[in-house]
Amino acid sequence: MEEWQDQALVLSARAHGEGGAVVSVLTEHHGRHAGYVRGAKSSRMRGIIEPGNLVGVRWSARVADSLGSFVLEQEQNITAGLMADPVKLSAVQSACALCDEALPEREVHPGLFYGLQALFDAMDTEIWGAAYVMWEIAFLKELGFGLNLTRCAGGGDNQDLCYVSPKSGHAVSKAAGAPYKEKLLTLPGFLRPVKGEVDDGSVYEGLQLTGYFMEHWVFNHHTRGVPPARIQFQERFERLLDKVRAGESSIP
Amino acid sequence: MRDGPFDSMIKALAGLPGMGPRSARRIALHLLTNKEGKMMPLIKALEQTAESVKKCETCGNLDAYDPCRLCQDGQRQQNVICVVAGVADLWAIERTSTFKGQYHVLEGVLSALDGVGPDDLRIRELLTRVKDGGFDEIILALSATVDGQSTAHYIADKLDGLSTARITRLAHGVPVGGELDYLDEGTITTALKSRA
Repeated sequence: MEEWQDQALVLSARAHGEGGAVVSVLTEHHGRHAGYVRGAKSSRMRGIIEPGNLVGVRWSARVADSLGSFVLEQEQNITAGLMADPVKLSAVQSACALCDEALPEREVHPGLFYGLQALFDAMDTEIWGAAYVMWEIAFLKELGFGLNLTRCAGGGDNQDLCYVSPKSGHAVSKAAGAPYKEKLLTLPGFLRPVKGEVDDGSVYEGLQLTGYFMEHWVFNHHTRGVPPARIQFQERFERLLDKVRAGESSIP
Repeated sequence: MRDGPFDSMIKALAGLPGMGPRSARRIALHLLTNKEGKMMPLIKALEQTAESVKKCETCGNLDAYDPCRLCQDGQRQQNVICVVAGVADLWAIERTSTFKGQYHVLEGVLSALDGVGPDDLRIRELLTRVKDGGFDEIILALSATVDGQSTAHYIADKLDGLSTARITRLAHGVPVGGELDYLDEGTITTALKSRA
């Protein structure tokens, strides 16, 4: 009998049979792992297997290669506090969907587990948007698509980085990038060597930046492409940003 | 017996919610040993229901009439509409006898994982109703799950600018008769955040 216990963040739950579900989690020591949860539709379990929640997980299976089953215990309910906030809820869904779709199963990524946990903890702070963008940059790096945002790819001034090359993922200085600025991606102010302010506009630039590399690098060969949750998050953020700029609303 | 009518009956019964092969076999046996008293009235009721019950084109409710009796009822408030995920939710609200407005059944909630997108739900019909309707309030009575609330946010986004109606949601928190000590962390968090 194979068995282990770990701490995990719930990524997704797919109904299986009448009362059960196949739940995908990101564990600290066992990477992204799936397992069958009995009674997943019960009133006690339904709230636990929501994406983003921190759970204690016990996995057991007859042989190591099989799906196995999970026994889950709730440790921290992340999503309950974000239900009323469409943008933050979208962000949590997006991060969970990215992990669920892009991470290979049973490959250990403790850094990503702690990073995702830290991101969810930051959702109550003012800089949650920037934290999300930085988490996506770390996510890209963990998958082998690291961006180099500290040195100018064109040999320009490393203190004046303003753009990112969509081809190489390297930063480009203002002077070196000037002739190609239409083709380059904008490096958000809070990611530049001389740190700018974290405002909604720069967070959106960050989402566009990481979104580009998600689409063209990470999910380029995935049949389903970028997860809809990621696309919806960026669209929702853009809509709210438009409202903020029009003075109708404010991003929490 | 194998692949005979009895087995087909068991298979059909076992496919129903809450039923497995064992309970399907018990029910099949019970019906067959009680043909006149149980089986024939059940067949008649099933036939009648299959022939008469249809989906209301207006709200999506199931009824023998189209528009359904709830939509036809002139005594109900015409300026309030309650959006629910399924017919079971509509019936649950109707059982309380506290809501006397109009309904709209979405027939599910958005779920990227299950491949349910906006076009798979009756969202377009809702937007058309709201556009034409003259509603003062739209109640989004969707479940307190990530998918349920994502659907509510999506609809709220779509309704924005389409109507001047007030968009409201069901309250989330401590259930009637619930003791704090026995409530889960998520419910208490939500109850605290939405305290009156």
